[in-house]
Amino acid sequence: MIEISGVHKSFGDVAVLKGIDLFAEAGSVTVILGPSGSGKSTLLRCVNHLEKVDRGLIRIDGELIGYRQAGNRLHELSERQVLRQRARIGFVFQNFNLFPHRTALQNVAEAQIWALGKSPSAAYEKAHELLYAVGLWDRAGAYPRQLSGGQQQRVAIARALALEPKLILFDEPTSALDPELVGEVLDVLRDLAAGGTTMIVVTHEIGFAREAADTVVFMDEGRIVEQGTPAAVLDDPQHERSRAFLSKVLV
Amino acid sequence: MTVLTPPRRKENVDDPVVVPARHPWRWAGTALVLVLVAQFVHGLVTNPGWDWTTFFGYFLEKSVLEALGLTLLLTLAGAVFGFLGGIPLAAMRLSPNPVLATVSWAYIWVFRSVPLLVQLLFWANLGYLYDTLQIGIPFGPGYSFPTVDLISSFGAALLGLALHEAAYAGEIIRAGLLSVDHGQHEAAAALGIPQWRQFSRIVLPQAMRAILPNAANLLVSLLKSTSIVYVLAIGELFYQVQVIYGRNGRVVPLLMVATVWYVILTALLSILQYYTERHFARGAVRTLPPTPFQRIKAAITR
Repeated sequence: MIEISGVHKSFGDVAVLKGIDLFAEAGSVTVILGPSGSGKSTLLRCVNHLEKVDRGLIRIDGELIGYRQAGNRLHELSERQVLRQRARIGFVFQNFNLFPHRTALQNVAEAQIWALGKSPSAAYEKAHELLYAVGLWDRAGAYPRQLSGGQQQRVAIARALALEPKLILFDEPTSALDPELVGEVLDVLRDLAAGGTTMIVVTHEIGFAREAADTVVFMDEGRIVEQGTPAAVLDDPQHERSRAFLSKVLV
Repeated sequence: MTVLTPPRRKENVDDPVVVPARHPWRWAGTALVLVLVAQFVHGLVTNPGWDWTTFFGYFLEKSVLEALGLTLLLTLAGAVFGFLGGIPLAAMRLSPNPVLATVSWAYIWVFRSVPLLVQLLFWANLGYLYDTLQIGIPFGPGYSFPTVDLISSFGAALLGLALHEAAYAGEIIRAGLLSVDHGQHEAAAALGIPQWRQFSRIVLPQAMRAILPNAANLLVSLLKSTSIVYVLAIGELFYQVQVIYGRNGRVVPLLMVATVWYVILTALLSILQYYTERHFARGAVRTLPPTPFQRIKAAITR
């Protein structure tokens, strides 16, 4: 269960998030849509504290992210404590960010050993299972540069899943891919959604939002303009901004 | 690994044949270079001034080999202490703390500004500035030692080389760390990997690709910089050949003794560099090219 309340964030003079409130049940899929520069990615990066919020609270299963509350003061957590929290929040990047000097298998296995203290044999066994699940069991020994973009992103998803996160955040997971490779990554995302993984997905794939999302959120200029079921937001948008945006992407 | 052989195709007489372009100037250039090389080699063999008998007489002589050992020791110790000093300098310069960053910047500025020769003479004359050196609480009590006892001329040489190297090594390491894509830091942080592991397993192995060629350069340059410490009358290779030609007057052949040893050592370092770089190239290229040795083997067994 994720609760985001009153989150503000500025970069210098530019206010990127202007008071975001969002709630997501465990096991639900939330898709965030919106034009570029609307603050979608920043919001996602605040949820795992890659960016510090200026104001507002983010809780996952009741646990405050990045801070410890004492009275009405918020004490920033040490890097060590933040890292421990992040190990339970998966993050999938637009540019994959696989470790290039490690094979696909090592990419999936090693974070388990380093961040969770798992035994190597257990970690590698799990890594094999996950590569199987994303359809890459035969590429386990390949280095990221030897894989296509779609394959790299599937390895990155397996790497995030390996830590058994409570929640996975996807930051435009298909935007850096050739159109023909988008489908293979969306297939993996659909499987995860059907399997009950809690997900927040920033994407421009309206089709995916319609099929897989429980909630669709439309953001513009640092605010949530509209949220609701896919049918409500995509087919009957109430706000002028979302109507204009959707009319452009739903040709 | 399987080797794919292209399927044989029936030759068609009407298929146009590709004729490679001719490069007459390339041939002319090659001929010219070969003539010059031949002339140079001829001179090496026939000019009596090279005095190869004296050269071979001293090349493996005991005092020369001992001096060579000292040169290697100075290079090795200078490199080890230099890089050990470079690590904190790089870390400090990249630190968000302005005091640490400025101190590191100033150190690098000073030690890159002062010529190594001048610096060596300063260290050798430290006893003139400070009679005694003291270990203890800053501005408080402590033990003191006479400077001259503590810093021998070998100590001064090593200190000078290491401090000089550290300034350059710090910059080389910093450049390497900066060359790692920001996304790698973010991915490691997002996975919750502990900070030390992020550095040692993810950032450093990738930084090594940028660090190694420059570090090898620095090492080769250090090998030859050790010849400067002859001013402190330390019996390393260059000092030793000077002593010998001071005695027998055969300057050129003895300079060649030192030169050939420097060339051999640099060659060994270059080979070491090649294989170390190859090790850290994993994943950076799709397939590693064969080593020269593998290429020769393939050419022979073909």
